[in-house]
Amino acid sequence: MRWLLLRSLLEGPAVIDPPAPGADALAELATSLGDLSRRKLGRSLSIREVDAGSCNGCELEIHALNNPVYDVERFGIKFVASPRHADVLMVTGPVTWNMKQALERTYAATPAPKWVVAIGDCGLNCGVFAGGAAVVGPIASVIPVDLHIPGCPPTPLDMLKGLIALVDRMA
Amino acid sequence: MNAPAPAALNDLLQGDTAGRDGFARLRVDEPTWTRLAMGCAAGLHDLGAIWHDAGDVSMLLLDPRAGHRAIVSLATVAGAYPAVSRHHLPASRLERTLRDLGAGRPVGMPDPRNWIDHGVWPNAAPGQTNPRPDKSYEFLPIEGEGWHQIPVGPVHAGIIEPGHFRFTANGELVVRLEERLGYVHKGIEALAAGADIDKVARIAARISGDATVAYSFAFALAVEAALGWTPPPRATLLRGVMAELERLSHHINDVGFICNDASVVALQARCAILREDILQVAARCFGHRLMMDRIVPGGVAADLPADGAAAIETCLKRCETDFAAVMRVYDNSPSLLDRTVTTGVVRPELAARFAAGGHVGRASGRAFDARRNFPYAPYGEVDFAVATRRAGDVDARVWVRVDEVHSSIAIIRDLLARLTPGPITTPRPVAQGPAVGAAMVESFRGDVFIHVRLDADGKVARLHARDPSCFQWPLLEAAIEGNIVADFPLCNKSFNCSYSGHDL
Repeated sequence: MRWLLLRSLLEGPAVIDPPAPGADALAELATSLGDLSRRKLGRSLSIREVDAGSCNGCELEIHALNNPVYDVERFGIKFVASPRHADVLMVTGPVTWNMKQALERTYAATPAPKWVVAIGDCGLNCGVFAGGAAVVGPIASVIPVDLHIPGCPPTPLDMLKGLIALVDRMA
Repeated sequence: MNAPAPAALNDLLQGDTAGRDGFARLRVDEPTWTRLAMGCAAGLHDLGAIWHDAGDVSMLLLDPRAGHRAIVSLATVAGAYPAVSRHHLPASRLERTLRDLGAGRPVGMPDPRNWIDHGVWPNAAPGQTNPRPDKSYEFLPIEGEGWHQIPVGPVHAGIIEPGHFRFTANGELVVRLEERLGYVHKGIEALAAGADIDKVARIAARISGDATVAYSFAFALAVEAALGWTPPPRATLLRGVMAELERLSHHINDVGFICNDASVVALQARCAILREDILQVAARCFGHRLMMDRIVPGGVAADLPADGAAAIETCLKRCETDFAAVMRVYDNSPSLLDRTVTTGVVRPELAARFAAGGHVGRASGRAFDARRNFPYAPYGEVDFAVATRRAGDVDARVWVRVDEVHSSIAIIRDLLARLTPGPITTPRPVAQGPAVGAAMVESFRGDVFIHVRLDADGKVARLHARDPSCFQWPLLEAAIEGNIVADFPLCNKSFNCSYSGHDL
């Protein structure tokens, strides 16, 4: 263990340089986040992730956001275990009928002010699952969405750019 | 009157030759169907899948020792047929799913409760002629004093898929876990019906996004078998490379997460860096971090660039040294081993009865690996040992994964060394009327099974996908019994079952 920890010190950080905020994300947030909804959160955001019907592809890349390479916590962004602790709901998947109520309840349990980030092509337009009888629709058809980060799945870097835009916009 | 005796697949198969896809196809009558179901319970063969298609119900039966696999079909009477689960309980959730989603009606099910149908669909499932009248769901009752229940989910505390777990405990001691799944049911099989092959290939790649390479691989093999389509040799080797990179990335990642659940965060960080390394190499070599949609019917959609093999080799070297360092710490940390050894035991008899695939089966002595037992290209010519353990605990599942990390690295090197320049796809043959094809591919989680029926125009008439998790989820309920609540995350992560692949 000591050898492993010492090596980590000697090798230097694995982390990448911070990317610039995503231009698309800034444009979408400029319209979705009105001046009234902006709050001084001290550049700190707590995120609760909700899988509303994803294939688990997006979850894998959201996990990667927390790895030492992307290290999302250095931007003040933290994943939390309860919607009651969250400022942002990060939602994936086309919303399935079987998950609709759980998503609505999670949204209701999140204290205001709150924002919703829809992840992936499925979150935007249901992706390959569009038209499925067991699918309600995209996330915006169930709860209000402030920011979309498309991709199948979006890369951690894409998500990082979107989230930095969110922090910048709200700070 | 004599009671029916269990029948063995082996005895029925005399003279039957397997189709192009390696599966024998048999039509049976009701008594034989029931005797085969009893044969599953008697351990004469393994149950692989059950599905309903156009008035027929079919089950996949496997006899890995004799090297036989067969799709046995029975004509139903308006969907009705004798339930397999009446004799063989591992069929229970498969038949509840079949009943909830379509026109099949298993008669005599021991557990007739809803499964995928949560009673919230605006319409009956497509093709379902018998929507369930009772939409309520009752968990198994508990009797006695001092028990309490802990409901968890469907929205969990971590970044994971949704499912509901109902623990019955006394203090910290769990005496029963009951799972309730189906939350991410997207209607995949219904979406695939009538769609063209390219669209269904994209859907199949997203049945379970973490096993996207394995699902695309299985779908491609099934379609190729149906159409008599042969991918070029270079594509076949590249498929193997992608499948092994996927396996490597998950095994390393999951070992890291198991350490994380025992609060040894430094090991998880090291594993996460290795996983990121593999995904970046995958993106560089094949154009997608998860290699989604890179295996297509007829070949592969991305060729390895000239410097690709060298990039993969650099990554493999790093995996070898760093993962060995991680496992040295794992093996020398009593506090970590205290959490994994003897935790979450799956008895070998249970793993065999459920025909559990992947590391769950192999850590409990079931030496089944689709790459070895029913080899598909390129694995027929690849030499590797199937890793098994007998202990069946979290630690055994960790070590099976570690062994597979080593064998995957060796397989990738072997396949890369055999690569020669050439085309990566072959053109699709014209469909010669309706056709069927099946395939079984070993994902990091276990054997993925895909069955397709193509109509005369070459469109997909019916897709059936069976995730390895279908036979692993029930064993998780058994594994946690008698453990403490705090050890559930370790057990769960050591299984790492798919929700999306199970719910479809």
